[in-house]
Amino acid sequence: MVPLQSIALLFVALGALLVVLVRDVVRQALILSLYGFALVVLFLVFQAPDVALSELVVSAVAYPLVVVAAIARIAAHRKRRGE
Amino acid sequence: MKLPLRLAVFGVGVAGLGFLLVWGVADLPPFGHYAGPYGDIITKLVEPQRHMANAVTAVVFDYRGFDTMGEELILFSAASAVALLLREIRERDTVDVVDAIRSDAIRGLGVLVAAATLLLALYVVSHGFVSPGGGFQGGVVISAAFLFVFLTGEYHAYARLMPTKFAEPLESFGAGAYVALGLIAFGFGLAFLENFLPLGVTGRLRSGGSAALVNWASAFAVAGGFLLIYAEYLEGNMAARYRRSKP
Repeated sequence: MVPLQSIALLFVALGALLVVLVRDVVRQALILSLYGFALVVLFLVFQAPDVALSELVVSAVAYPLVVVAAIARIAAHRKRRGE
Repeated sequence: MKLPLRLAVFGVGVAGLGFLLVWGVADLPPFGHYAGPYGDIITKLVEPQRHMANAVTAVVFDYRGFDTMGEELILFSAASAVALLLREIRERDTVDVVDAIRSDAIRGLGVLVAAATLLLALYVVSHGFVSPGGGFQGGVVISAAFLFVFLTGEYHAYARLMPTKFAEPLESFGAGAYVALGLIAFGFGLAFLENFLPLGVTGRLRSGGSAALVNWASAFAVAGGFLLIYAEYLEGNMAARYRRSKP
């Protein structure tokens, strides 16, 4: 179990770093989704399936969707104002 | 601010945070060692007391059901606030909303995935006291099922399936039913949210007593809340994209 846990921790650390380093917001939202999935694997290998389930839908599906929708909305708003 | 000054401020902040972090981590119990008594007590008591196999859901909807009601209402008010803030333009202000994806294969796949996801969601909710899952997780999965309909291209189908006028009552019904179940316990001379139904057999679908109903109430509230949030964003986006030139 320990090697599996180490790999999961490594992926989470890598994902968190990537989310901060990427500057393009749409790409950031996609990487955030992948980072959420890394967290799901982490929770699973640490034997917390209940938390993993919540994390799976909230941070890998629902939250990125809301972020992408907000970005699209701001883009449409800017376009209308002719920026 | 000049760069050296910013770096100095950043350095002080990082040094302070680093110190607190190391200080905190140094005093943690060793990795894999659990010091608190509550987890052990709950895992011993949950089966004889509540006839539930999943101790996590038992804690969430029974032992600390009142706290969960507070969390429920946080989500309720968050979803309501999103609706209040974003509801500036509506679908009736738009012309000719076009569904972006016209491939039959993708649409067919979308319906298939949505149906499978909905089934999984109902499984996750109903087996909350048997296997990992429960009302909150299942509720979000319910909302994700409707998202697949939107993602595979059919805004019209999505809007017809789950318009705001369904999401709102679903959310309110769930949140209201949660509180109502707590109040019904008063009628039996019990404490707020205390179990008033037969507990059933551990590991069966009908185990858990009245907490099983609380579980379903929270599933409806969570699904409704998330659907309301999606609907506000998606409808707002569609309305902004296909807005009438002269309102």
